[in-house]
Formats: sequence, structure tokens, C-alpha cells
Amino acid sequence: MIDARHLTKTFKDKKRGTITAVHDVSFTCRAGEIYGLLGANGAGKTTTLRLLATLLQPTSGSATLAGHDVATDPVAVRANVGFLAASTALYGRLTAREMIRYFGELNGLTDASIRERTKRLADELDMHEFLDRRCEKFSTGMKQKTSIARTLIHDPAVMIFDEPTLGLDVMAARAIVRFVRDCRDRGKTVIYSTHVMSEVEKLCDRIGIIHDGRLLAEGSLEELRTRYGEHEMEEIFVKVVGAEGGK
Amino acid sequence: MTWRNILTVYLKELKDSLRDRRTLISVIVIPTFVMPALFFGVGKIAAGLFSKAREEIPTVMIVGGEDSPTVIAEFKQSPKIRVVALSAAWKQLISDKQVRAVVKFPPGFEAGLLAGAAEPVTIYHYEGELKSGFAVGEVEQLLRALRERTVATRLAERSLPATLVKPFDFKRENVAPPEKVGGNLLGGIVPYIIIILCFTGAMYPAMDLTAGEKERGTMETLLCSPVPRVDLVLGKFLMVLTGSLSAMLLSLLSMGLSAALAGVLFVGPVAAGRSPAPAGAIPTIDPMGLFGVLAMILPVAVFFSAIIFTVALFAKSYKEAQSYVGPMIFVVIMPAVVGMLPGIDLNARLALVPILNLSLVCKEMLSGVWHWNYIGLIFGSSCLYAAIALGIAVKMFNREDVIFRA
Repeated sequence: MIDARHLTKTFKDKKRGTITAVHDVSFTCRAGEIYGLLGANGAGKTTTLRLLATLLQPTSGSATLAGHDVATDPVAVRANVGFLAASTALYGRLTAREMIRYFGELNGLTDASIRERTKRLADELDMHEFLDRRCEKFSTGMKQKTSIARTLIHDPAVMIFDEPTLGLDVMAARAIVRFVRDCRDRGKTVIYSTHVMSEVEKLCDRIGIIHDGRLLAEGSLEELRTRYGEHEMEEIFVKVVGAEGGK
Repeated sequence: MTWRNILTVYLKELKDSLRDRRTLISVIVIPTFVMPALFFGVGKIAAGLFSKAREEIPTVMIVGGEDSPTVIAEFKQSPKIRVVALSAAWKQLISDKQVRAVVKFPPGFEAGLLAGAAEPVTIYHYEGELKSGFAVGEVEQLLRALRERTVATRLAERSLPATLVKPFDFKRENVAPPEKVGGNLLGGIVPYIIIILCFTGAMYPAMDLTAGEKERGTMETLLCSPVPRVDLVLGKFLMVLTGSLSAMLLSLLSMGLSAALAGVLFVGPVAAGRSPAPAGAIPTIDPMGLFGVLAMILPVAVFFSAIIFTVALFAKSYKEAQSYVGPMIFVVIMPAVVGMLPGIDLNARLALVPILNLSLVCKEMLSGVWHWNYIGLIFGSSCLYAAIALGIAVKMFNREDVIFRA
């Protein structure tokens, strides 16, 4: 369960002064549900997700993930979160097994349970062939599988995906989408950011449209279709963002 | 802060660094092989050039002296110099290093000597040029001999004893034990090498573990783990410190071994038949001093590691980190060089100057001098600087605008 209340994040920039990257964003996402954060580049998706993953501290507002507050107990939040982004890379000089082990250890797992979970994840993701090879030599698909195993080693209740299909080919992107569905079916709370309309249509139970750091519209795909009288997600998005721009 | 987390991060970074060629080269290969090679190689070349310059018989021209044939003949016969025919552009020839020195005799020099006193002789030379200096030395030797002979003759003519002009003699006697002579010679250079290596050893791991991670995108992955950031910094910092200390220890070890080897191979048998000078050539240093140096360097290694870590952390990429950290080496070398200069002695104020204080106290300890009050002051202040630097590193790691600088 994710509960974000009035999240706001400002940055100070020497040239541009104070920038509000996230402005008063509130939403909830329940277990067994995929919440899609849809927005253009620079809309504030990454910052919102980084706030939830406690990589950044909110300027004001609060959020709880799996019952832990991001401001007061960030370590407990991270222990319950799996964070996968296009920008979270692997250690090239470690093997896939060492990479997974390292994050198991950082999550405080015992040696036995790391071994057991690594085996199970390698079975599920079909990783045995390259498990003991160094990550720097991996293909995109292998890297992706290793990253997924890394985020799942501590079996988190909440999964945060920040544009995970960015720069991937069709097959690799489909694998990711399948994996995100899997997470939901196992009862995890999933939040997924993207600027690809079709992914949102296929994947998300609820959708939030974010623009200029503000959450402009929110609801299930059906609700949004009825509210804006459009069928295509792209048309809905343009209407929502365009209405804001026209004000 | 939990030690388990710190250890986990440290061990992973250690494994990672041992697989990184750049770090291996700077922490293990360069200190072990290149530094001693450089040291002994350059020393050998310098010694070779010096003795070659010594062996060369300097070319000298003589201006005037046509009316002083005896002196001129003596100069021409001397095996120590080679008198060549005078050329009109002799001043230019000295500058061009064709001629090492020119001696100008005043007119009527010999006649003046016989009469009582002569006009002064002038030696033209090129100041600062080693070979010109040798030539001047030889010429002065000849002139001095001539003067002494003249004095001796005059005394004999008047039946006066030689002690009239030389009533007493004096000589030097060295009381410093050989290890002190060595300590002073080597004491300047060893801390210098240690300080530099301590710095370069920390450089590559520090950049790889901070800016390198940002560039490769693993920093964000790491920050997602439920480990407090202070544990991440300390684990990484320990790796940087390991790099710094191993570079220093390896270089000292390999330098010590090669010095011992060189001593046995070259100097040992030869030195026996020579003047006492070789005591300083391959100096023995106080082994206790070496331990003292190692103890004193610890807080400085912490200080360096923390500072480089902080600076490199600020950079977005490895390349950017290199351009920040590279010039810092000059800031480090300067006080280390000042410490090498002769005549600078430790005092309470200098004991508080970072790096310089280390350089100075190491020089003392290696020559067996232990000023405990200064040693305490330096160790204390170094620890304080190290703690401040480490504190800043932890603080910076917690700053979003540093970690996520884009």
C-alpha cells in the first residue's frame, strides 16, 4: 500500500532559481494494484518515485509505504520496496550471482535464504546459464533479468518501476510488462511510471496524469474515458494536459 | 550505523576494486615496481652524469700572460685542464659551453710577483653550470699552489719558518652515527614518497567508488538498499583507505628490499676500500623511526582518503573527478617538498600545518630524534583534521544535490 499526501519537492538551481519538480501530489495505491504515472519527460515522474523510494526527501507533504513513513523511517521503507529504473545499473565487475548476493546481504538476509532465493529467482527468470558471468558482458535481456532478481531478492511488498522499458527492444519490453503483471498477481503494490500511452492502457488499474509536477487527473482507464469522452489514452492525455496549458 | 553493513559494503568494494585494472595499477603495480625503479634509476643516472662530468678534462683559454711564460707553461702542462688556443669570441664560447673557463692574467704578472705583488687574476666562468664549476675549481687549485709556492720561497729567502703564515691547522671530525647521516639524507625523501603514494593510492579507488558509480548508474541502485547512508560512506571510505595504505606499504617494502639488495650487490664490497662517504649513499635508517612514520601517516591517510572521496563524490563522471583530483596533487606535493628542504625545523606552529608537519616529524624520527611533545601535537592535530574531513565526507554523501548532481 502506498499513500502519498501533498508531496512537494523543490530544487534550488543557480540559474533558474527555485524549481518545483513535484507540486502537492496525493494518491493511493492498494496491494494487488498497478498505479500508472503517466507524463511527458520532465513532468516530475522520476522525482515522485524517488521521493517514494526515499532516495530524495520531500520538501513538504508525506508518504507511507507498507505502513512506514518516508520521512521518519526511510530505512524501513527501503526494506519493503523494490526499485527498478532505467537508471539503476548493475556492477559490471560482479557476476550476476554476486550482484544478487550483495543486495541480499544489504537487505540483511541470512546466507541460507540468499542461496535459496537466488536459486528460485534463477529458475523463474531462466538465469542459470549466465549466473556466474560478469554483468559487464551481458546482453540487455540478461541485465534486465539480473536487475529484476536484484529487486526481488528481499521479496518487497511494494514495487516501484521508473520507466523500466526505456531503451529496450520490443521483446525485452514485453518481458518487463509481463513481470510487472506477475508482481501484481502476487499481491504486491505496484507503481509504474512511463510516457508510453499503450503501456498504461495494457497494464494499469489506475492512472495518474502528471504534468509540470502536478497530478492533473486520476482514475481507472474507464473512468478517464467517460470523463473526457475519448477512447484513446493519447487523446485523453492531450485533453488533460492541453486544458491545463490553455488556462 | 552497523558494522555488519559497513563490512558488507567494504568487502564488496574490495572485491570490485581487485577486479579493476586501473585501481590495481595505481595501488599495487606502480608503488611496487615503478617507484623503486624510478628512484634507483634516476639516482644511478644522476650519479653517472656527475662522474662523467668529473672525468671530463675541462677546456680552458688564457687571455694575456704573454709576458709570464713560466705560469702559462705550468697551466699548459697541468693534466687537470686542457688549455686551448685563444679565440676572440671567448666570452661567447663560455656561454656556448665550448670552453669551460677563461683565465685572464694582467700584464706584467710574473714581473709583479717578483717585485712583490701583482694585479689580480680574473677567472671567467658560467655560474650554475656544473662543468664550468669544475674548471674553476681546477684553475683555482693551480693559482693557489702558485701562491703557496711563492710564499714558501719568500719565507725561505728570509729564513723564516712556515708557521709564520700558517700558525695552526684544523680538520673536521664527524660525530653523527652513520644512521643519523643516513636519516638526514633519506629522511627528507622518504616522507615525501610516502605522502605522494598515500595520496595516489587513495585517488583511483575514491574516484571509482563515487563518480565512477554515478557514471555507471550503480549509485542509485545502491541507494535503494535499506542501508543507512552513513554505512555506505564508511564502507566505501574504508576501501579508499585500504588503497592509500597498501600503496604506501608496498612501495616502502619494495624500496627497502631493493635498497638492501642494491647495498649488497654494488656498494657493500666497494665501500670497504673507500672514504667514509658511502655511509650516506646507502643509508641505514632507524627501524623504530620507520614504525613511528607508519603510525604518524595513519591519520594523514584517513585525511587524504576522506578529502579525495568528498571531492570525487561531487563529480558526475570519472573524467570530471580526475580533473578535480589531479591538480590536488600539487597542493599535497608543495608542503611535502618544503619539508624536504634543509634547515627547516619543527616548531609548534609548523606542527599544526597538515602534511608539512608529517614531512618534518618523519625526517626527525628517521634520524632517531624523538620530540615527544611535537609528535603528540602532530598526531593529535592530524587526527582532528582526519575526523573533520571524514565528517564532511559523510555529510556530503547525505546531500541530495551532491549525490544526484546532474
